[in-house]
Amino acid sequence: MSRRKTMVAMFALVALAGCTSDKPAATVTSSSAAPSSQAQASGTGEQSKFFDQADHDAQLAMRSQTPEGPADKPWEQAIAPEMTDTAQYKKDGPYHLCFSNAAVNNPWRQVGWKTMQAEVAEHEEISELTALDAEGKDDKQISDIAELQAKGCDALIISPNTTATLTPAVKGACEKLPVIVFDRGVETDCPVTFIKPIGGYAFGADGAEFLVEKVPAGGKVLALRILPGVDVLETRWSAAKLAFDKSGLEVVGVEFTDGDAAKTKSIVSDYIQRHGKIDGVWMDAGATAVAAVEAFEDAGRPVPPINGEDQQDFLQKWKDGDLTAIAPTYPTYQWRTPIIAALKILNGEQVPKTWNLPQPKITAETLDTYLKPNLPPLHYALCGCEDMPGFPEKWGGQK
Amino acid sequence: MSTTGPRVAEASASPDGDGRTGSGGPRRLWTALDPTKVVYLALAAVIAIGWVLVALDGGAFLTTETIVGIQQRSAALGIVAVGQTLAILAGSLDLSVAYLISLSSLVAAEVMEAGSVPGGVAAVIGVSALVGLVNGLVITKLHVHAFIATLGVALIIKGVLDHLYDGPAGRVPESFQHLGYDRIGPIPVSALLWAAVAGVAWFLLAKSRYGYRVHAVGGDVEVARLSGIRTDRVVVVTHVLCSLCAGIAGLLLASRLGAGVPTVGTDGGYDLESIAAVVLGGTALAGGKGGVAGTVGGVLLLAVLDSVFNQLEVNSFFKDVVRGVVIVAAVALYARRRTS
Amino acid sequence: MKRNLPIFAVLLVLLAAIALANPFFLEPAGFLAFVKRAAPLVILAAGQYFVIVSGEFDLSVGSLVTAEVVIAARLIDGNEDATWPVLVLLIGFGLLVGLVNGAVTTLLRVPSFITTLGTMLILTGAVFLWTGGAPVGALSQAFRVFGRDTLWAVLILLAVGVAAALLMRADFGRTLVATGDNERAAALSGVRVNRVRILAFVLSGLAAAVAGILLGGFAGVSAQVGQGLEFSAITAVVLGGVVLGGGRGSVVAAMAGALTLEALFTLLNLYGISGALEFTVQGVIIIAAVAAGAVRLPRIFTPRKGDARVAS
Repeated sequence: MSRRKTMVAMFALVALAGCTSDKPAATVTSSSAAPSSQAQASGTGEQSKFFDQADHDAQLAMRSQTPEGPADKPWEQAIAPEMTDTAQYKKDGPYHLCFSNAAVNNPWRQVGWKTMQAEVAEHEEISELTALDAEGKDDKQISDIAELQAKGCDALIISPNTTATLTPAVKGACEKLPVIVFDRGVETDCPVTFIKPIGGYAFGADGAEFLVEKVPAGGKVLALRILPGVDVLETRWSAAKLAFDKSGLEVVGVEFTDGDAAKTKSIVSDYIQRHGKIDGVWMDAGATAVAAVEAFEDAGRPVPPINGEDQQDFLQKWKDGDLTAIAPTYPTYQWRTPIIAALKILNGEQVPKTWNLPQPKITAETLDTYLKPNLPPLHYALCGCEDMPGFPEKWGGQK
Repeated sequence: MSTTGPRVAEASASPDGDGRTGSGGPRRLWTALDPTKVVYLALAAVIAIGWVLVALDGGAFLTTETIVGIQQRSAALGIVAVGQTLAILAGSLDLSVAYLISLSSLVAAEVMEAGSVPGGVAAVIGVSALVGLVNGLVITKLHVHAFIATLGVALIIKGVLDHLYDGPAGRVPESFQHLGYDRIGPIPVSALLWAAVAGVAWFLLAKSRYGYRVHAVGGDVEVARLSGIRTDRVVVVTHVLCSLCAGIAGLLLASRLGAGVPTVGTDGGYDLESIAAVVLGGTALAGGKGGVAGTVGGVLLLAVLDSVFNQLEVNSFFKDVVRGVVIVAAVALYARRRTS
Repeated sequence: MKRNLPIFAVLLVLLAAIALANPFFLEPAGFLAFVKRAAPLVILAAGQYFVIVSGEFDLSVGSLVTAEVVIAARLIDGNEDATWPVLVLLIGFGLLVGLVNGAVTTLLRVPSFITTLGTMLILTGAVFLWTGGAPVGALSQAFRVFGRDTLWAVLILLAVGVAAALLMRADFGRTLVATGDNERAAALSGVRVNRVRILAFVLSGLAAAVAGILLGGFAGVSAQVGQGLEFSAITAVVLGGVVLGGGRGSVVAAMAGALTLEALFTLLNLYGISGALEFTVQGVIIIAAVAAGAVRLPRIFTPRKGDARVAS
């Protein structure tokens, strides 16, 4: 085949020619966490290969620690911070910040992105924020990060699309300017700070522990997950699995919904039909929680204990239907923190090396504080944006 | 068998404007331009407009970084689109390329992690050739419409990917990552690879008997058959070549990402986007007319548009609207020219 | 009708298999719940059938469904009184999108694959540009009832099904099939082929609007409600034995194809094949179904006599 020969020849040519490389020196470490074989239990299947016992225990412990920082501004708080020195990055303003965003393709990222822009608007010392949207494509984000390094940014904020594949690009950027990573992590500690809420294990455990408490022993629990294989979602499920394994509950099914409301409703309806009664519903994300609740309503059954997330439509349903519910959160206020961190770094102030933000859960007692009227149904309550200029219109709400 | 039905076939069967060049008003000039020229003119226009807009916005458009960025961003799509051009020229199309790219990246990364780089490349070539062979055989021997055949194969690959992988896997050695990151001056190696693939495809189409047969089969299967061409074989070979291109794109992406990723092909939307780039480049979706040069222009046009939007930080929803309008408008122009 | 038999046989087998695993399926409530769930896809398949049998494609229906739901939520914004005016507007919007698709395809001579691919990009982009990235507002109870209430959903499905079948028996149906089968011959015998094709796209837009209303009603506001529906609808139509390229197949079989696809999903779920290999099974079945149909008609891949291409 002449095509292959030509290509091999091209490779050889290129290899021989002296050439520059934009590739960072180090190599990628292979994907995360060793498989762990956990004890099997009723209905929950095998433990996820993403499971990491130490991380799990650390996150669960963090939930009860008191964070440092102003209590009314959780986005500035940090749990058990180990501070790192940033004097080497100190420089005078005004500052030009750059942001490589994985995507804005879901309501969570939309709320976060609007909140970040509002945070930037609050700081006069930021002259410009250059943001590139990778549209959910790893390859584009790698180019974006390379392109941003040439824009004369004073600091680079990165929200990685995937962990393993973005690591080399992040390493490359670290050599040129201070880098702040948030939401998903990378497999290197070269960023000045990595900002995240406590994490997925805490999220999953919050929901599962609530069900263990509320559902009578032997009760049937249905677990609904969005997709397999997504690291941040796998951790949620693996923590819930541990909690269910220890309990006397029977997990009658673990189903994937693709995050599709219609599919969620169909699955829940099927389970109600097949089992007659479902005593609890656990979800790894709240986007389709309302559809799950409606499946019970449409079947003419009482809604069992359920967990959702901090989206307005679920909170509203919770209040209207007086549900037995809980809403663990993955707060969107974490989008404020990278801007604050960037300014601290450029000011030479210390920042936590790993910035663990508090990750509150909404309970029946706190529901009313988080349920705001006139916000869009898919708005996330923990945006920390209520006091920002332009609220709620900028977030799609009405005065 | 064309994916677009007889009406388009009629449009493309109408006399072509070529050869009516020469004196005359703007209308004559217009019909003298074949789609390839139109797409490169449009490319020049977009670069000029983009340059002005970005300058007004206070930036510099044609910096080394943007030029490198445009090439890096378009190389993978460009390589897939070259393969897609062959399939479309032959009157077929391939919706399985996106999943095949994901599969190839994983095969490459896993084999390279276990052993050698040449082994990984060979494995990808083997797997993608096999997928192409299946596509081609299902279309020709089972008489399944290309749309359904390749959609079905896409679903099959998707199921296998979902079953075997949950997240990035494998690892590409440092030496292979030079393919994705190195550059010679302002020209990345990935762009050279794309140029090489396009060059080979151009040579095959323009200078070989295979090229003549592809055009004949895409133009009219029955006439091609009557004139002694083994049409089935041409379609099968074309699908193997198309899948090989997707495999090469998968190799390139594995080298960029340092690992195999089961969603890299679908995230990039390489299936519909490559078809869009091909028709934007002036190749008729009904087959038989067009070529690789236009496709390269079409991919570059999309990449430059993307880059302009990136520089101006236009939000991605607006981008989609413009992309949709550009693609439909371009094809409407070509159709008008063909019938005028 | 002979050609339709296989799909009905497959459908019956699948339904029997479901009933075997889940006896509740045999009760009226269980069966109607299944029909309600399948209704949007069946309606989309009917719409897609008109376009496919006339020799075209409509890839825009998925994004049109999403657009309809997002528009409905923003305009109704929880206000019950707004329900009916917005419903009228949604139907109008569906018709309009279909009209544009049809006009661009026929008058500007853009292949429908490209026209509707463009519409797909434009619709998703424009609707989220309008709402600022994510859906805003809320649907009213009166709006939700059509998709949520089993009786309503089943009645709407029946009405659409009967209307589609009657339409195909009328003059329009005959000219539509004739256009898809052999455009030139149809034109010579006095069919206004462009108008027929535009009407097919308009019907597909209308079907997408109705499916959007049902889906929004069934499951509420979501940004991805229509994702991938275009391929599901095309798959359903093809499963029903309708030939891509036009001119062959019945609308009833296309709708049966959608029911079959939905039954297949339900069955795979019931037997726990969901997730991983579900797609592989689906892919094999689609290819096998079309291949089985094609083997009896070995000329599908070659242009039929009298096709424009052969004639010129």
